[in-house]
Amino acid sequence: MSSDKYLDQLKREGRIVVVGASLAGLRGAETLRAEGFTGSLTMIGDEPYEPYDRPPLSKQVLLGRATADHTALPRRRAIDAEWRLGVAAAGLDMAARRVRLADGDEVEYDRLLIATGVRARPWPQEDEAELDGVFVLRTRDDAVALERALAQSPRRVLVIGAGFTGSEIASACRERGLSVTVAERGAAPLVGALGGVVGEVAAKMQREAGVDLRTGVMVTALEGDSSGHVRSARLSDGSSVETDVVIVSLGATRNTEWLLGSGLGAGPRGIACDAGCRAFDVRGIVTDDIYVAGDVARSPHALFGYQFLSLEHWGNAVAQAETAAHNMLSESVDRRPHMWVPAFWSSQFGVNIKSVGVPSMGTEILIAQGSREERRFTGVYGYQGRVIGAVTFDQTRWLPFYEQLIETTAPFPPPFPTVDRRPEGNRPLPADFPDPSVPSHGPTVTLSGYSPADRRMTFTPARH
Amino acid sequence: MRLVVDLNRCQGYAQCAFLAPDVFAMHGEEALLYDPQADDSRRDEIARAVAACPVQAIFAEGLDGTDGTPAPAQEATREQ
Repeated sequence: MSSDKYLDQLKREGRIVVVGASLAGLRGAETLRAEGFTGSLTMIGDEPYEPYDRPPLSKQVLLGRATADHTALPRRRAIDAEWRLGVAAAGLDMAARRVRLADGDEVEYDRLLIATGVRARPWPQEDEAELDGVFVLRTRDDAVALERALAQSPRRVLVIGAGFTGSEIASACRERGLSVTVAERGAAPLVGALGGVVGEVAAKMQREAGVDLRTGVMVTALEGDSSGHVRSARLSDGSSVETDVVIVSLGATRNTEWLLGSGLGAGPRGIACDAGCRAFDVRGIVTDDIYVAGDVARSPHALFGYQFLSLEHWGNAVAQAETAAHNMLSESVDRRPHMWVPAFWSSQFGVNIKSVGVPSMGTEILIAQGSREERRFTGVYGYQGRVIGAVTFDQTRWLPFYEQLIETTAPFPPPFPTVDRRPEGNRPLPADFPDPSVPSHGPTVTLSGYSPADRRMTFTPARH
Repeated sequence: MRLVVDLNRCQGYAQCAFLAPDVFAMHGEEALLYDPQADDSRRDEIARAVAACPVQAIFAEGLDGTDGTPAPAQEATREQ
């Protein structure tokens, strides 16, 4: 059968299974229907809810401006799918093209889209994690439970980890008038994603908002009372914090365990795929029928030296799912590469923080516009003489300009004067990112090439 | 009605906060907070906000000329 005939048949009566019923899964499914797929579509999701939007959970929901059950994503079109919600995928048989579900059911596919995303990394001490009053924030249920705890006016909230989520939670707590301590292993909040020069500004914002920010410390133990409710936390500097609510914000873990042993190139760093979103198997050979999108994917990006990027970004989930769905139904010459320029936002302590490119690749930063003192500035990141990323604090309207510099691999530092250049922008500073070999919860971009820890095969040279 | 704002695209022009203040509000100088499931009675205001957004960052279900508002209940759902 010629391949276009096969594609016609696939589009008409094929079976496509989407594992992961969140933002990427939904937008991928909608794109499949938009591109004329009329076959059967199955959506598998481990949460019992239809796809919902996560960013509001740490913002509107914690501020009491919206409730967690009011975050369902608007639909671009009807997708006419069979929904298998509340049941996780538990295994994959690549040869038989079958997904096994946690309840024992099996679903066959002709094409598979994997968008299983990430989950919050739990507190490592299991007995301490189970104390009442200890939370993570990733899902709708997490947000409901946390919001309820905050509404009971705890004496003090402890946030462990000052990445974006932890900082947003601390910000919401302060707005609710709650006392907050933030414990961060690094030198400042957001250092993993934005470096020390910008982290210093984030630290000042937190302290001025009344956060008891402790940096360079780790929480070594959580202690509960006789009823099993958390009451205090011990810190590595010998101090302790009396607290009723602890939020563990130590980053995320990729949901790939269900693929262990399947033969797909999946591991703790995500599922490797080519620029067209096709998954690699463990042998490094690209598959024809399995596609990946969203937080769980890692794919090579031409703008960043073809490094495999894992992006835990809202916009990436949408763009990559659209590309994966398009490619799934296309001849090879009609496929598109996933070339989305990384971008994200965070709002905290009344400031809008936005970024494009990959700041964490930067070795230098230039405050090209505005001033850090005023919390209104643009920082441009340089790597090997080119612009690689940019961040704005309340200056989002300049961001598209810097995005264009990144896309055109413009020289760093920019050779031209910029509007509102201050004395601090006269020369670049070291960007001051933490040593990447030290584990950190912070960055939501992982520069993930080969990892020796991912080794699954042993090379045995032939004997002569 | 459900809505989502692409906050990568949003540039804080605040037209929506002016046209539909019960749904969209500025939080600080340029950050936007919105109600992701606004009351249906706000439909006209939301439609005006969607149309007025200079960067077209707002997507509200059933307002963008696609095939209308699908009710998930109409789809074959197998709740576990």
